[in-house]
Amino acid sequence: MSRDNILHRIRTALGRSAGQAVADPPPARIRIPDVDMEKRISTMFAAIEALAGKTHRAATPADARALVAAAIEGKSAVASNVLFLAECGIAGLSGVRSGIADREELRALCAAADVGITSADYALADTGSLVMISSPREARLVSLLPLAHIAVVPRDRILTGLDELFSILPNPAEATSSMVLITGPSRTADIEQILVRGVHGPGQITVVVVG
Amino acid sequence: MSVEFDRKIHNTLADANLQLAIYTATARLKDKRSETVAPDALPDYQELRTQANAVKKHTIENLDYYLEQFERNVEAHGGKVVYAKDGTEVADFVLALAKEKGARRIVKSKSMTTEEVDLNERLEQQGLESVETDLGEYIIQLAHERPYHIVAPALHLTRYDVADLFTKWLNVPRETVIEKQTAIARAVLRQKFLAADIGISGANFLVAGSGAVVLVENEGNIRLTTSAPKIHIAIAGIEKMIPRAQDLAVFLKLLGRSGTGQLLTVYTSFLSGPRRGGEIDGPDEFYVVLLDNGRTRLLPDRGKRQSLYCIRCGACLNACPVYRKIGGHSFPWVYSGPIGAIITPQFMGVSHEPALPFASSLCGACSEVCPVKIDLPKVLLELRSDVKKAEARDHRGRMEKLAFRAFAWLMTHPRLYEMAGKLAAAVAPPDSGWIHSVPAPMNIGPLRAWLSQRDLPPAPARSFREMWRRR
Repeated sequence: MSRDNILHRIRTALGRSAGQAVADPPPARIRIPDVDMEKRISTMFAAIEALAGKTHRAATPADARALVAAAIEGKSAVASNVLFLAECGIAGLSGVRSGIADREELRALCAAADVGITSADYALADTGSLVMISSPREARLVSLLPLAHIAVVPRDRILTGLDELFSILPNPAEATSSMVLITGPSRTADIEQILVRGVHGPGQITVVVVG
Repeated sequence: MSVEFDRKIHNTLADANLQLAIYTATARLKDKRSETVAPDALPDYQELRTQANAVKKHTIENLDYYLEQFERNVEAHGGKVVYAKDGTEVADFVLALAKEKGARRIVKSKSMTTEEVDLNERLEQQGLESVETDLGEYIIQLAHERPYHIVAPALHLTRYDVADLFTKWLNVPRETVIEKQTAIARAVLRQKFLAADIGISGANFLVAGSGAVVLVENEGNIRLTTSAPKIHIAIAGIEKMIPRAQDLAVFLKLLGRSGTGQLLTVYTSFLSGPRRGGEIDGPDEFYVVLLDNGRTRLLPDRGKRQSLYCIRCGACLNACPVYRKIGGHSFPWVYSGPIGAIITPQFMGVSHEPALPFASSLCGACSEVCPVKIDLPKVLLELRSDVKKAEARDHRGRMEKLAFRAFAWLMTHPRLYEMAGKLAAAVAPPDSGWIHSVPAPMNIGPLRAWLSQRDLPPAPARSFREMWRRR
């Protein structure tokens, strides 16, 4: 069996024996800068805009609802089942389908929709990334299949960057089967190094920070 | 040097369009990298490299331990780990699984590891459809070629080449606008994603402590490959292991910047097992195939083992003056550039292309940009020594040995050396390039190849020794 052969070859080469303990790995290098919330938001917005993403501040959930309503006017949209979208009244906007729990139905809707609306579990200021943790309320395909993605994020979820994320979630596998960081719209430069947005994922991304 | 290697190099050098394409693409990637790792942009860049090197060193030195830990954690989340010693075992596993599940349609995301074992060809021979979904890889698959560059697989093709391929294979009107070509590929591949039974990905990292596969990309095809079909198979070299998710805070910062000059790629997926109770989408089954394919051969040698630290960013290709002239397809295997020059002889054996470790000026530009600090020139030197030892064993290279012995003898006898210098100056014509006119009897066989690449400046009126005596 290849498993045992391969492990045996490795141990022989390294001079180790089966079940032998290891010294601790080098301590993880986590450095979290001290950045106030306003600065985090401005840094994050600059990073998203540099990637041709759109950004908005909404003072209240009602403002967020109005922003999203304007953005999806005349378009078809799917919203994830996350509570925050319902609290903002976004899941209930006309033209928005939400509350879908069946895989096939959700897939068909997302494949046909113009816009996918989600929240985000966290956002990273220094890179402008959204952190999407798959759950019964936040499916994977809502932020992936539609042509455009709108994420509505409460401001207290904005972290400084990767280091802070991995200090809060030292092992994301405990919480989910899938954690995805989204940094700007889908893009490619595979033909003649010319940048094209919206290859397989959404070509437009809009981040609304609430609060 | 094999005839094949020599021919491919000369063809590349003679193709002016290709030279320009390679130069432009690598220059762009190189510049973008430099901007994002500059001291004002990333002050702790050198510390991150040092940490990445230390973590990789620790992991490789205890690889069996982390493989077993990874395996336990994948299984705890409902996934399955399979070991494969070579490409045949990878293909056999996928074929058996496809048969068991009645699966026929496969979507694939870009993976150097599956290129290594010719997975698509093996699956297609058995009647499965295996479609590459990264735009560049898709184009390459239609062209029946190998990737030209680790991060820019279709670097050598123009929009007109793409138009020809799409017209020929996709039955669409000829289209030369790049945005529209991309839209065509999106539409065709979207249907493939939605119909696929199995998604096959590679892995950028395997996280032992989480049992997770980490994948980076810009297009979204990896997310679709790993989320849309009911079965996800990740195929990864055993060396992709890192101990903890927290190590990603270091590696992800280095990978995006070194590869394409991005702070992070558009999508970074951290996947650990099939979808869990209540999760609406995601695969029902999750497999990780851990591939050896020659990797365990590198482990015994403490000096060369570091070749396994590589995170496949491609920065060494862009920095390398040799890659930038001879391009990706001159290299004898799927891995090109400096990293190809050190891992190909080790995975495949030095006799695969004995000239490969010598196809370098040892300038060190590769190790300077390597995010995990692999000492590539040192490994190249060790491989050169391996090639020469193998030649000596087979009683080859005797002429070369003799020539070097004569050279050493001359260099250790100052009077003779001076005489030889005077003699050479006396017979040499005053213009440069005189060595091309060496007498015909000397200009033969291996010596001719050597002389054709070399020049000497005109001989000076007085040698340094004479000037020194008269100072």
